[in-house]
Amino acid sequence: MNFKLKIWRQKNAKAKGGMVSYDVTGISPDSSFFEMLDTLNQQLITSGSDPVAFDHDCREGICGTCSLYINGRPHGPVKGVTTCQLHMRSFRDGETIHIEPWRARAFPVIRDLIVDRSAFDRIIQAGGYISVNSGGVPDANTLPVPKHDADSAFDAATCIGCGACVASCSNAAAMLFIGAKVSHLAQLPQGRVEASKRVQSMVARMDELGFGSCSNTYACEAECPKSISVVNISRMNREFLHAKLFSEKEKIIRESL
Amino acid sequence: MTRLNARIPDGPLAEKWKAYKAGCKLVNPNNKRKLDIIVVGTGLAGASAAATLGELGYNVKVFCYQDTPRRAHSIAAQGGINAAKNYQNDGDSVYRLFYDTIKGGDYRAREANVYRLADVSTSIIDLCVAQGVPFAREYGGLLTNRSFGGAQVSRTFYARGQTGQQLLLGAYGALSRQIASGKVELFNRRDVLDIVVVDGKARGIIARNLVTGEIERHSAHTVVLANGGYGNVFYLSTNAMGSNVTPAWSAYRKGALFANPCFTQIHPTCIPVHGDYQSKLTLMSESLRNDGRIWVPAKMKDVERLRNKEIKASDIPEQDRDYYLERRYPAFGNLVPRDVASRAAKERCDAGFGVGSTGVAVFLDFADAIKRKGHDTIDALYGNLFQMYEQIVAESPYEMPMMIYPAVHYTMGGLWVDYDLMTTIPGLFAIGECNFSDHGANRLGASALMQGLADGYFVLPYTIGNYLANEIHTPRIDTALSEFKAASDDVADRLNKLKNSGGKEPVDHFHRRLGKIMWEHCGMARNDAGLTEALYLLTELRHDYAKGVKIPGAMDEYNPEIEKACRVADFIDLGELMVRDALQRRESCGGHFREEYQTNDGEALRDDSQFAYVAAWEYKGREIAAQMHREDLQFKEIKLSQRSYK
Repeated sequence: MNFKLKIWRQKNAKAKGGMVSYDVTGISPDSSFFEMLDTLNQQLITSGSDPVAFDHDCREGICGTCSLYINGRPHGPVKGVTTCQLHMRSFRDGETIHIEPWRARAFPVIRDLIVDRSAFDRIIQAGGYISVNSGGVPDANTLPVPKHDADSAFDAATCIGCGACVASCSNAAAMLFIGAKVSHLAQLPQGRVEASKRVQSMVARMDELGFGSCSNTYACEAECPKSISVVNISRMNREFLHAKLFSEKEKIIRESL
Repeated sequence: MTRLNARIPDGPLAEKWKAYKAGCKLVNPNNKRKLDIIVVGTGLAGASAAATLGELGYNVKVFCYQDTPRRAHSIAAQGGINAAKNYQNDGDSVYRLFYDTIKGGDYRAREANVYRLADVSTSIIDLCVAQGVPFAREYGGLLTNRSFGGAQVSRTFYARGQTGQQLLLGAYGALSRQIASGKVELFNRRDVLDIVVVDGKARGIIARNLVTGEIERHSAHTVVLANGGYGNVFYLSTNAMGSNVTPAWSAYRKGALFANPCFTQIHPTCIPVHGDYQSKLTLMSESLRNDGRIWVPAKMKDVERLRNKEIKASDIPEQDRDYYLERRYPAFGNLVPRDVASRAAKERCDAGFGVGSTGVAVFLDFADAIKRKGHDTIDALYGNLFQMYEQIVAESPYEMPMMIYPAVHYTMGGLWVDYDLMTTIPGLFAIGECNFSDHGANRLGASALMQGLADGYFVLPYTIGNYLANEIHTPRIDTALSEFKAASDDVADRLNKLKNSGGKEPVDHFHRRLGKIMWEHCGMARNDAGLTEALYLLTELRHDYAKGVKIPGAMDEYNPEIEKACRVADFIDLGELMVRDALQRRESCGGHFREEYQTNDGEALRDDSQFAYVAAWEYKGREIAAQMHREDLQFKEIKLSQRSYK
């Protein structure tokens, strides 16, 4: 198969970027999207040019490193997969493919198609965990968890932190990412203990980092490679409201004593 | 050649670890604050170690090449994690897990280490549940288990087909909590290119900032390597694209011994290779073998008709199928250990019965299981794997049998460590896949996650204290020391040589060549002639690489080609050591199959009288043959026997 590629090239965070056209020929329909880009890069290197920089690692859809915005959609045209699982058979022979980085204020471009997503790390650092140390914990079976809750927590926990939700959102909101983590931990009894503190600090951190507010378009769910449901955003909103109301109520009680 | 001392504590096997913990030195909290630790790698071993050491109060610096610690390749582990909980009341115990691991490793691992691993396995599950890892549960709310590759009890805990992801996110959460508290400092997008040794002790590292290209010096009282395995020496493997041996190899060049490098695991159930442009192989979890049945056509005429697309797999009647694992190994059937299953697939394909367009694949069929358990049950168990397969191959496993073939997956060999997980360089520790210690010549399924977390959460935090207790008077290490300068100059020199080699071919070209040599001559089956030829081919490759590699771009910017170039240079050197190790081990054991040493029915033939030892190699300089040292393995608890799964 042959393709015309239009790719965002940008030397570094400060440089000005732009779209550059390339042709690739003789691509197997069974090759993955990255294997197609590998072929392009081998040509560029051999001819003495800089290869196109893009983030990728596991190439099996689980590490969340890859991040391309392909023909206007995060991770390309196929639903429920990451870019590394996308195959060229999903495109038409001769098609022009536009490839850009994630566009969001909180994800600055590092080079070409690579963006800095460390804002996600900082959100998790604000409380996306259960505060236990290694050791001194009870036997795993002392705390039964209803199967439904465990399964639902698992569904939320499958988020791979790729940032497609942010890239797809017209407001560049991180609500689905945070909603998934809040929801995963809030549905488990061991996560309830600090649920109220967690949701408040994570949301506060999200606001600090320059993510927008929820656009309510559900684009995030549609584009999430792991099909994480927007129900998790509702759960987070409920947790947040509950936490705020209770912290207000506690404050009033404390002050009246 | 010297005999190595693993410093295993005295006393009965089951009491050794308890006795160690009771007797080891401790560091008081005031002193922990003054001690710095570097951890390289943020997979299960590195993240759990960094988090735990931070909790204990040490100052930790953690390094990863990825953009965030959560992406380390432990994330891709699918099947599960073993633990001797005996929740299923099916006869499991710490002793049985220990026994299975030693036997599964074909009697080439250390009894004391493996017993400790089995012993702490139960604490891992408790901790992970407390962290919120959503393991699979029964309707009663308690944890459920499955049986997994080669085990006759159900001791594997799992989270659908994404157990590694969930465990790693648990460890990443714990690590993030320590980063927030300030006890751990994160250095992401860094390649660790050298280990700095001062007065005989590991005192720091040289790292390259992958975004700016800056060569950085970092010091500490001790260094922990957790950089994973070296499967990418084969170019195509189930490892991540960035997985590399460089930190461990730097340690080897600085004097740490490298043990059993030829012990590599070929995983039986991967999606077959389909083209020259291919960049990696995808694993299909071994758990699929619980319900899938492996077969090839019994008749050559069906093989041909399949290849010509005249018939489909489902058209072949039951009596004309060869369920070769069930036929050869009636007791274990499709659940034989990985090395056995992989070789059996190779045997059928070599005999011409392979399927698929290349003839290098076998069927993994779920038709019976779907009939027996129903579509929904199979979907709940393997849904994500089926979807992944369909995405790659464009065929639904619900309708057609999967096609699979073995691929490089895990490396049992690695840096030699003693009972404390310390290498032969004082103050340099190695944990997780990058050490050699617990899996012998073959790793059992669901044991890698167990080992990574055991080392990081429950073993290293004790043994590192035992070392650091003698370092409380050592002031913070100064990175202006001449040893740091020398190491950083050496790194810069290596990078410049690669960059200025003036060659014409991209790095990948040489990496592919390396992979071909290794797969052909040092892969699933090895022999003297092939290995000897490989030595010649690798020398040639090394010379071609030094003058033929082309690296575009500048050094002081994001430059993925220079990253790859360093990694491949080390892989080529490692390849040679693997071949030398495979040559000297004139027996077949676990993942190491020497064609000259097999039984009449084609099973691996071990030679315990001569080879019940760990081969640990010492670096003697570039292009000089490494020197082998031996650690004799003593089996006091377990009687060595021929592994039989019949």
